[in-house]
Amino acid sequence: MSVYAPQLQDDPEPGFQPSSRPGRRSSPWSWRWRDRVVLALAWATGLGLCAIAGAIVLYMGFRGLQYLRPGLLFTRPAIGTSQASSGGILDPLIGTALLTAIGIALAVPLAVCSAVWIAEYGRPSWLARVVESSIEIVAGTPDIVLALFGLAVFQLNLLAPFSFRAEGGGVYGRSFLACGAVMSLIALPPLFVATRDGLRAVPNHMREAAFALGKTRIATIRRVLLPSVRSNIATGVTLGVSRIIGDTAIVLLLLGDTLHIESQGSAPLIGLLRGTGSSLTSYVYDNSPAGEGAAPQKAYAAAFVLMVLVLVLNLVVDRIGRAHAKNTGMSLAGGVV
Amino acid sequence: MSTTSRQRAPAPFLQAGPAPPESPGPGGLLRGVRRRLSGALARVRNPWPDRRAERVLGAVSLSIGACVLAMVVFVGVRAWPIFAHNGLSWLGPGGNLNEQLESMQATGVNPPASAFALNAWPLVYGTLLSTFFAVILGIVVAVLASIFIVELAPDGLRKVAIPVIRLLASVPSVIYGLIGILVLVPFVGNHLITSSQKASVQSTVELTGQGLGVVIVILTVMITPIMIALICEALQAAPRSWREGAVALGLNPLRAVLAVTLRAIRPAIVAAAVLATARALGEAVMIQMVAGGSSFIPNLSHGPLVFLYEPLRTLASAIVDYHEGIGAPALQATLYAFAALLLFSACVLSVAGYLIKLPLRRYQTAG
Repeated sequence: MSVYAPQLQDDPEPGFQPSSRPGRRSSPWSWRWRDRVVLALAWATGLGLCAIAGAIVLYMGFRGLQYLRPGLLFTRPAIGTSQASSGGILDPLIGTALLTAIGIALAVPLAVCSAVWIAEYGRPSWLARVVESSIEIVAGTPDIVLALFGLAVFQLNLLAPFSFRAEGGGVYGRSFLACGAVMSLIALPPLFVATRDGLRAVPNHMREAAFALGKTRIATIRRVLLPSVRSNIATGVTLGVSRIIGDTAIVLLLLGDTLHIESQGSAPLIGLLRGTGSSLTSYVYDNSPAGEGAAPQKAYAAAFVLMVLVLVLNLVVDRIGRAHAKNTGMSLAGGVV
Repeated sequence: MSTTSRQRAPAPFLQAGPAPPESPGPGGLLRGVRRRLSGALARVRNPWPDRRAERVLGAVSLSIGACVLAMVVFVGVRAWPIFAHNGLSWLGPGGNLNEQLESMQATGVNPPASAFALNAWPLVYGTLLSTFFAVILGIVVAVLASIFIVELAPDGLRKVAIPVIRLLASVPSVIYGLIGILVLVPFVGNHLITSSQKASVQSTVELTGQGLGVVIVILTVMITPIMIALICEALQAAPRSWREGAVALGLNPLRAVLAVTLRAIRPAIVAAAVLATARALGEAVMIQMVAGGSSFIPNLSHGPLVFLYEPLRTLASAIVDYHEGIGAPALQATLYAFAALLLFSACVLSVAGYLIKLPLRRYQTAG
């Protein structure tokens, strides 16, 4: 009966015992064999999934500690045929950081504004539904399709200043800006959902109190509602960051996938943003047997760094969720879907 | 409009309000400038009037809708040459896809019309095959795991299991691909495939370990967490009294869950499957890494085990395979045609998911 005990402890009738044989506690051994098989399978699947996750983390940790040297983090990658001469992962690290910064900087205002509009105004309602379903479509679109869309947009002559120029003067359509802009699209849905659900969970009396003090709607949003959903926005940002650093297809198509970060033009920051480079994910891809440079040790080292970042972000989400679980109603789906 | 609404907006917390009218004097010009400045400052520092804020926020939100529209237009326009040349028959069988793609890459900047000929059935079939098996396997795993998490696991284990599922969902696909290609593929190639199996299909395809089986296994692990999240949520939301009633009628607790709760949340299970299908359809990088890069059609008549070892290619992984040749117009149109197909199916699945969840929503608000 141990399996069912937690639910029954707060039962109003303590004498009530749900069992196949009255007066006795039902144990799985008294069940029909079919139920026992299902029970065993459910336990096996649950524990099996935990084991798979544990195996992935442990294996990546083992390989990472085997191949990662601190020096790798601070040396630039180099063209080399052997594992020893192919350099480190400094450029991919910078690339990932830059992409994350651009993507989040674009996604946060967009997501927060639309979440506020949907939750607080939302008129006319058909327009609100249009916005919500287009965010759902963005969430459901494969990243590779978003990457091709971004390529088509940034290859327009109009947007040529934002991207790398090919040698013939043609618009190449690949740059940190282009890639970051598309990255903001994949970070948008989790951010939007987290903010909207947070706003919906704010009790109405807080709004009413603010109105009673004479605040306008938008002042209420700025001074009362947004501060109270700060933790939700933080969760959304963390989820968005973990999407961005984990994405490969967009980087392969839109960042040019060059070994080093190559600036376009001489202006220091703008040149960098218009330049091409690589990220940790594309570095792992290129150094795996699937890419050209078969340097699996470097791939393992970079994948370990990536894995550590993902684990840290997961911990952050967990921490925020646990601290605010009561007033925001965070659930498992909030972190996954 | 802006002036009227500013007057209407009561703002008692306002500190830098419009300056009071000043008497003209020797420093009139300076004061005038100052007044203008403080007026501008007040406009910046004040919260916006409601109506303007609503419009600005609405416009920002609508830009997302415009973005989706632009996506459909851009992908559609670039894919158009393929549809114009082949109609919808490019989805069907016939022709040699590998040769077609190679010749598209070779024809260069001004391709002849014949270069647009395309028969992408191997890719469509590969996509359907990998998605179908992964989703079927995923539903079983996800339902069992959700029952485990919600009903069976002791509290301590549940506290571990939920972050673990989250972790599985957030591992980047390139890491799954790396583990697949460096661990699973060599294992399958060296230990599971026998030499007689290799010899049996030697004339058509080489079995290296990269293939359908590995794709299905990894894809299942990747899409299961999404399903578990949705199914768990539905299991928790289902009214407890129904299950308690079943237990009171003499069912054992597990049977009560299977017979009553699971039946009540069927729409949620289907919705989860739909969402997972969308994920599986669009998975590109992982499949490209472990599926083996040839447009081969896995053939069941070679025997079920060999079938699982045979390489394949999906629509999304073909885009990754050929993205470097996207400068060639014919190949570009082809890749955008694949993207258009993926986008179309994503939209259909999204609508389907919405429709399926409708009855569930009604019963959730009622219960």
